[in-house]
Amino acid sequence: MSYIIKTEGLCHRYSIGTPFERVAIENINFEAARGEFIGIIGHTGSGKSTFIQHLNGLLKPTEGKVYYEGTDIWKDKATVRDIRFKVGLVFQYPEYQLFEETVYKDIAFGPKNMKLPEEEIDRRVREAAMFVGLGDELLDRSPFELSGGQKRRVAIAGVIAMRPDVLILDEPGAGLDPRGRESIIDNIKRYHRATGATVIMVTHSMEEIANTVERIVVFNKGHIEMSGTPREIFSRGDELSEMGLTVPQVTSIAKRLYELGLPVDPSAYTIEQLKTDLIRLRGGRRHA
Amino acid sequence: MLKDITLGQYFPGNTLLHRLDPRTKLVLTLVYIVALFVAKNYISYAVMLAFLITSVLVSKVKPRALFKGLKPIMVIIIITAILNLFYTDGNVLVRFWVFKITDAGIKSAVFMALRIAMLIMGTFLLTYTTSPIDLTDGLEKLLGPLKKIKIPVHELAMMMSIALRFIPTLIEETDKIMSAQKARGADFETGNIFERARAMLPLLVPLFVSAFRRADELAVAMESRCYHGGEGRTKMKQLKMKRGDYVGLTTGALLLTCVITLASFGL
Repeated sequence: MSYIIKTEGLCHRYSIGTPFERVAIENINFEAARGEFIGIIGHTGSGKSTFIQHLNGLLKPTEGKVYYEGTDIWKDKATVRDIRFKVGLVFQYPEYQLFEETVYKDIAFGPKNMKLPEEEIDRRVREAAMFVGLGDELLDRSPFELSGGQKRRVAIAGVIAMRPDVLILDEPGAGLDPRGRESIIDNIKRYHRATGATVIMVTHSMEEIANTVERIVVFNKGHIEMSGTPREIFSRGDELSEMGLTVPQVTSIAKRLYELGLPVDPSAYTIEQLKTDLIRLRGGRRHA
Repeated sequence: MLKDITLGQYFPGNTLLHRLDPRTKLVLTLVYIVALFVAKNYISYAVMLAFLITSVLVSKVKPRALFKGLKPIMVIIIITAILNLFYTDGNVLVRFWVFKITDAGIKSAVFMALRIAMLIMGTFLLTYTTSPIDLTDGLEKLLGPLKKIKIPVHELAMMMSIALRFIPTLIEETDKIMSAQKARGADFETGNIFERARAMLPLLVPLFVSAFRRADELAVAMESRCYHGGEGRTKMKQLKMKRGDYVGLTTGALLLTCVITLASFGL
């Protein structure tokens, strides 16, 4: 399998030399394959946000290396800037970074920095706006008069417009209402399917990633604690709750039903899975 | 770059200096500054330096942190030193073109640089060892008598504590927005002065927007807790002078007397 991005022995310490010095992440060995959809979960302060800022060279590792397609991204200054266009990072609450007069100009900020020709910028802005579900009529509005959810879409489009090979999103649904959250996650899924880009999504909501991602990486106290498919991760519910994380609600229900003696899959993590099991069960009983 | 700004930053600790009443520390700093400007010659400077070093040792603040605070004003120190170097009359040592360097020039350049450096380090020691809340509390108490002549001391202190409180927040915010724009390929480091000024726009606009939003939220939060200025407001933490404070103030008085006496003998 070819890895697009990889870290080796990554460590980061903040405020070195002051009384506030602390280790944020330690010895992180992480790999992401081309086209993979990865979810990163972890408690607040588990180091997940620090970690993702290393993947596009915003933070320089205190120790360890970050490789993009086999090259050390810190090899020289030009490489780091180049990497920022290939690894797109959407921060938490990205709407606070909007600054342009119009939505169009704000989305075009990234592609413009890439020094692309005007027609290409235009194509990318419209494509990115389409991916996040922003209508053409919004492009000429000021980003400051939009609603919170729309602002978030503009900010995400601003990163998508660079057409990054790796798209990283830090809590894309934070602070939105359930419907807005779901719709943004759907947009990201669509982007993943349409472009085949690697997507890494950071969140602390299990529901959000359970039926979205292919692999889950669990961060705890600056380490990678587990990594595996959602099924593998959610079957270790007890360990997760020790870390202050929960399994999706549907998994806890399935587990409890299983403990009560019903023959259902105890690590079902989508409502669909449990529903199939339960319907099969009901049908089975009737015939018994 | 941003991490170099340490103004108003507090390093928590539990040393003698940390425990002093903020009023004592404010008065001591004032005395220290006055003494620094009274000091004229080697011996009085040695006394001042000894006082500063002892205070730093007692406070357990790392000297590196103090020197780091000097970095942003290094230019001012250097310019002052150079001006003093060339514009002081005395016995000429070196002469070239229109410039001349005199022995008195070297002396005053060194003293000037030392004076500014010590001034900054002394005041930094105050903010390093006193939390912003204590500091404004102390200031409000010290300036209390000015209320009689209708100076809004409480409001000024409140404004100062809000400003101090928001310096780290805004720095953090700046850092965050900078990172976010860098992730979109913004370049803050290269280009000529106009390009750089333009490059600041994606940073400044969101920063102002968020500062106004924060100000708004803070105002609502204060109002909903019935804040209505200083009138009739009581304090949960009462400031009390303890034995250490009297010792500290006596030391300050001694320092000032000592330096004034030394200066009057031209030492």
